[in-house]
Amino acid sequence: MEQFTFTDKHKKVSFGLIGVGLLAVLYGIFTGQGERTWVSAMINGWYFFSIGLAATFFIAVNMASQAGWFVVFKRLFEALNMFLPVGSIMLIIVFIGATFHWTHMYHWMDSELMDPHSEHFDYIIANKEPYLNLSFWWLRIILLLGVWNLFAFLFRKRSIVEDEEAQPKKWFKKNITLSALFLVFFGYTIHIGSWDWIMSIDTHWFSTLFGWYIFAGVWITGMTVAIIMTLWLKSKGHLKEINSSHIHDMGKWVFGISFLWTYLWFSQFMLIWYSNIPEEVTYFIARIEDYKFTFWTMVLINFIFPMLLLMSKTTKRNPGVLIFVGIVILFGHWLDSYFLFTPGVLKDQGTIGVVEIGMLLGYAGVFLFVVLSQLAKAPLMVKEHALLEESLHHHIN
Amino acid sequence: MTTENFLYGLYNDDDRLVEGIKKLQSKGIKVNDAYSPFPIHGLEDVLGMKWTRIAITSFMFGLGGLTLAILAINYFMIIDWPMNIGGKPNFSLYENLPAFIPIMFEFTVLCAAHGMAITYFARNMTFPGLPARNPHPKTTDDHFAVELSFRNNEMSVDDLRNALKETEVVEIFEKERITKFL
Repeated sequence: MEQFTFTDKHKKVSFGLIGVGLLAVLYGIFTGQGERTWVSAMINGWYFFSIGLAATFFIAVNMASQAGWFVVFKRLFEALNMFLPVGSIMLIIVFIGATFHWTHMYHWMDSELMDPHSEHFDYIIANKEPYLNLSFWWLRIILLLGVWNLFAFLFRKRSIVEDEEAQPKKWFKKNITLSALFLVFFGYTIHIGSWDWIMSIDTHWFSTLFGWYIFAGVWITGMTVAIIMTLWLKSKGHLKEINSSHIHDMGKWVFGISFLWTYLWFSQFMLIWYSNIPEEVTYFIARIEDYKFTFWTMVLINFIFPMLLLMSKTTKRNPGVLIFVGIVILFGHWLDSYFLFTPGVLKDQGTIGVVEIGMLLGYAGVFLFVVLSQLAKAPLMVKEHALLEESLHHHIN
Repeated sequence: MTTENFLYGLYNDDDRLVEGIKKLQSKGIKVNDAYSPFPIHGLEDVLGMKWTRIAITSFMFGLGGLTLAILAINYFMIIDWPMNIGGKPNFSLYENLPAFIPIMFEFTVLCAAHGMAITYFARNMTFPGLPARNPHPKTTDDHFAVELSFRNNEMSVDDLRNALKETEVVEIFEKERITKFL
């Protein structure tokens, strides 16, 4: 059975990256830039958390839709999906920091805003108190992260058990039910998560499209990481069962979800730009006035590169093009994550420097360590699955 | 209008059609075309079909649509009759671009889709009202036909018929069909 081994070299690279991340954190703290370090922790925490979340979601989508082609990718996505608990811890660190006021990331946590006798009383934020208060906020965090992680564990566990039991028919039906349950729960809760953890940073501002936009960003990041990992594993001689038709399908996903993301981003932007209502437009003014070049670069590279380079059939099957586009849009969506948090907290003081890049590398080290060790824990190809045979013969023109 | 006489073999199963084509080809017979009520996986590889270039035409039509949309919007909304909608800058295409992107997008899709469909009809000679090209009405129902050309194959008619008979064919017939309208 084909097995991935988690070698010392992988460990050294991961620990090296984690070391870089720690240095960046220390640099941030000792140069008196605590708030910047917290924001950077949130940017990178959310970015890597979303990869794990996207993997869980994509496993559920393919099990619920009974997709055959996906089966050969299953173990790779399970390894990404097992990053979810670690990603959740990355987020919880920031949430704890915010709760104890070590960081002023969530403006509404300031109790003076809700007090009518205080001079800092904010009528709009005070009206949001029934939803935006610490106890209810933590209740939602526990519910969302708890249930998502539970499903992530179940998907992984069932897949391992299925291999041992060799009763693919039974698990096939059970998995459809389980993943359908997850999808319904996820469809609602991804919105709640995005309001609570991201949209509430710009407390006065709101957008009804926000959850969809965040969801598309989560999905495309996860898919791009998955395709790069696939091509990397293939170049190391693993995953021989994955042929160019499978790669073509993954290329289509990256192409398609890039359009979905751009569509939702633009829909949100255009409606706010057109109506030009002060309470809505502040969000984009904060981003465009102070970060004009980087902001538009982010939007354009996330759209232009996949559109032009992944349009034809040949490029969707070409590993070189896929890796190039993948790296470009991974950077693009990291910038997207940057713009979700930075302008809301640091106003016009945000930069991309040692702290942000260093912590990106550090979190990437944790990510690689977890994902590669999870990859090594099970054979790279499932043994028993109702659609395995179909997946091995997957062929499209 | 040019017509040509072809030899047809009718099958009642898609696997038998593919097997039959492979058997004919192993004898050196060139198979001209095949007719099926639904797409058969792998048939295009067996027939040696060239990869379609319709995606390229679609892209061209889309690009044409985008250009046309930009030119038209620029004329209607900026040059000829600038309109003040919601106080947006109305004398500059660039500054008002977000408002026009949905229309540009829709027109690009419209041109790409219709252009591709019309190209497809023209290339296959299947415009509405034209006589049907399929050799047998059953090839739109539950039968599959293979088409052999007398011109492309050096063999005699009887040899071709015998070669067809050796496959799991249910009916063999000759028929004339239109190959070119112009």
